[in-house]
Amino acid sequence: MADSQEERLVSIIKEKFEDQVLLVEQLYDFLTITLKKDRIIEIIEFLYNNEETKFQFLTTLAAIHYPYTTEARTVMGQASDIVVDTPAPEGKIALMYQLHNMYTNQRVRLKIYLPESNPVVPTLTNVFAAANWMERETYDFYGVIFEGHPNLKRILNVEDMIIFPMRKEYPLEDQTREDKRDEMFGR
Amino acid sequence: MGGLKMENVITSGPKVTLGEKPEGIEGAGFFATSLEKVVGMARKNSIWPLPFATSCCGIEFMATMGAHYDLARFGSERLSFSPRQADLLMVMGTIAKKMGPVLRQVYEQMAEPRWVLSVGACASSGGIFDTYSVLQGIDRIIPVDVYVPGCPPRPEQIIDGVMKIQRLVETESLRRRDSPEYKAMLNKYGIE
Amino acid sequence: MESTTHDIDKVKPEEKQYSYLNLGPTHPATHGIFQNVLKMDGEIIVEAEPTIGYIHRAFEKLSERRPYNQITPITDRLNYCSAPINNIGWHMTVEKLLKVEIPKRVQYMRVIIMELARITDHLICNAVIGVDTGALTGFVYMFQQRELVYEIYEEICGARLTTNIGRIGGFERDFSQKAWDKIDKFMKEFPKVLQEFENLLKRNRIFMDRTINVGGIKADRALNYSFTGPNLRAAGVDYDVRVAKPYSSYEDFEFAIPVGLNGDVYDRFMVRQEEMWQSLNIIRQAIAKMPEGPFHAEVPEFYLPPKEEVYNNMEALIYQFKIVMGETEVPKGEVYHCVEGGNGELGFYLISDGGRTPFRLHYRRPCFIFYQAYPEMIKGSMLSDAILTMSSMNVIAGELDA
Repeated sequence: MADSQEERLVSIIKEKFEDQVLLVEQLYDFLTITLKKDRIIEIIEFLYNNEETKFQFLTTLAAIHYPYTTEARTVMGQASDIVVDTPAPEGKIALMYQLHNMYTNQRVRLKIYLPESNPVVPTLTNVFAAANWMERETYDFYGVIFEGHPNLKRILNVEDMIIFPMRKEYPLEDQTREDKRDEMFGR
Repeated sequence: MGGLKMENVITSGPKVTLGEKPEGIEGAGFFATSLEKVVGMARKNSIWPLPFATSCCGIEFMATMGAHYDLARFGSERLSFSPRQADLLMVMGTIAKKMGPVLRQVYEQMAEPRWVLSVGACASSGGIFDTYSVLQGIDRIIPVDVYVPGCPPRPEQIIDGVMKIQRLVETESLRRRDSPEYKAMLNKYGIE
Repeated sequence: MESTTHDIDKVKPEEKQYSYLNLGPTHPATHGIFQNVLKMDGEIIVEAEPTIGYIHRAFEKLSERRPYNQITPITDRLNYCSAPINNIGWHMTVEKLLKVEIPKRVQYMRVIIMELARITDHLICNAVIGVDTGALTGFVYMFQQRELVYEIYEEICGARLTTNIGRIGGFERDFSQKAWDKIDKFMKEFPKVLQEFENLLKRNRIFMDRTINVGGIKADRALNYSFTGPNLRAAGVDYDVRVAKPYSSYEDFEFAIPVGLNGDVYDRFMVRQEEMWQSLNIIRQAIAKMPEGPFHAEVPEFYLPPKEEVYNNMEALIYQFKIVMGETEVPKGEVYHCVEGGNGELGFYLISDGGRTPFRLHYRRPCFIFYQAYPEMIKGSMLSDAILTMSSMNVIAGELDA
């Protein structure tokens, strides 16, 4: 029963957006669809309004930074063959949306991959009001620019921070602290 | 919870010392001692705290103020949330770098004499959060009198911290706040 | 000299002068540190601009540094009023990644702990709603009951508030007889006190006048703002993760999901009250049906072996060393698991790269998501109603900022 529900969903999406679907995987118990980044908002709006797939609840959205290394490419899994060298060979920042259809209790995860040097994507706040702060948090941590967002500024960190701390190249600790000696902590 | 019968009320028991009498000369109807000792005794038994509770230690503070571990016994019945009316600043919980200027402003608004109690590992030294956004201890920005370690400390530890503050309050000289050493210490933190 | 603002109705909106009130980060009524700059027209609030991040501790970055069993103390500090739920949720996420089967006894024990944690979380929230309307007695009584639950936690794991309860795979020791006695004592004494607290406020004229039709939100707006938990159930939508996607044998228990009508403060109070009664119901069923069995699953890479084996057996010694040094490895994978926390769906999105620490761990924090709706909820209400709305939403600063 559950299988056919997921297959039905994939076929509905492929019917309308065949060229946008890059990869369909079943990771543990979650259907994960990797898409191209061009029409992602249109696809989510379609899933919101379509009578058969009423994904009208946004569970969460998060970004993941995959730097341009072999280790990160193996973490990407099957998607690494398709997205790593597209359009240019560089690190990727993936954006993950998790949607929930409360009518049929079905969940889906949509992933898109953005280039590290220019992570720009349209905003989801017109569809889901909840995406407002979630996108601000993603901007604060990773530097992903959401076009059309009403108030895209830092939310959790101090306003005048210039780096995007969750990216892999930045360290966890504050490098200017003098009371903790790194060699005692094995760093 | 029936009626209170007089025969069940305990009217005598082991003697407990509620407070030490300071040294002095006493006679019929008078007691003479130094002003410092009297002021110290009065101050230590009515410290009005300002609970600056930010995170988990704040919940343990609420438990300390509750009926089980009553902090009001020590004279801290009236919590003041306005710094102008408080004696003791109890910083409980993690202070992030964003919160640092706010804490500094609250400390500067307090009137002398004022004491600071740093409750919890996060307030004392940053705790388990050795990260870019957490201030590694509030003594980076304000002078601290007593540190209470723990994550979160048990209410008994918080009470122990308050009792140590009481010792400091009792034995403090009346001229300490005007002395050059104290002013030099405040200057080190950049506080006028 | 005639004043032009005497006739309030004739003043055009452009000519009105608003005042700005800073409901600042340190405020006795905001339980937690977040700031709201309110644009006020007299006593009515016109607009609110929230600022958060005053206790941002970088949990997600910190989790990328720590091995899997050292992340549990960090999850404690998310919603610290009900820390066991966060811990057990994290353990279940890792068990899902490792594809480990958990024995029934462990699942029932986990259910008892999680429901006790839910009761304590709702106790604080309801007591604080009482305090903000002026009823301070309930707060002191309820904290006394929390002490009983703290004693139960201490018996099981040693800590009162930030518990780090259980291990990946189960518990480090079975519940002792003393722990069962304490749980029985709590189950006997608590219902009377909860009934007393409820009678103080439930049909109290002043409380009802303060809270009915205050700070409400409609169900469709709540869903659009991704509300979950008691706030959503008060608005009328019966979404509960324990029923939608049961975990840890919740499907074996019979319990009802209380749902409100208007989504206002009174509904949230009553939904939380009723959930506490339902939690007591679940704990009673779990104690009655408790099966026998081991108190942990066989997960040698994460579960410390017993000391006798460590001293006598080579494999156990190696596992002990690897676990303590944090050098155990997990399969690569991407997993999402959610549990019903005190405030709603608490989710853990974990990407593992096969090494000793997660590659990415994202916490879906319900408080962060529903606090966005606060400016909309208080628009047009008075200042004291805004305070009441905030305390009824049960915003915990640790979960808000992470």
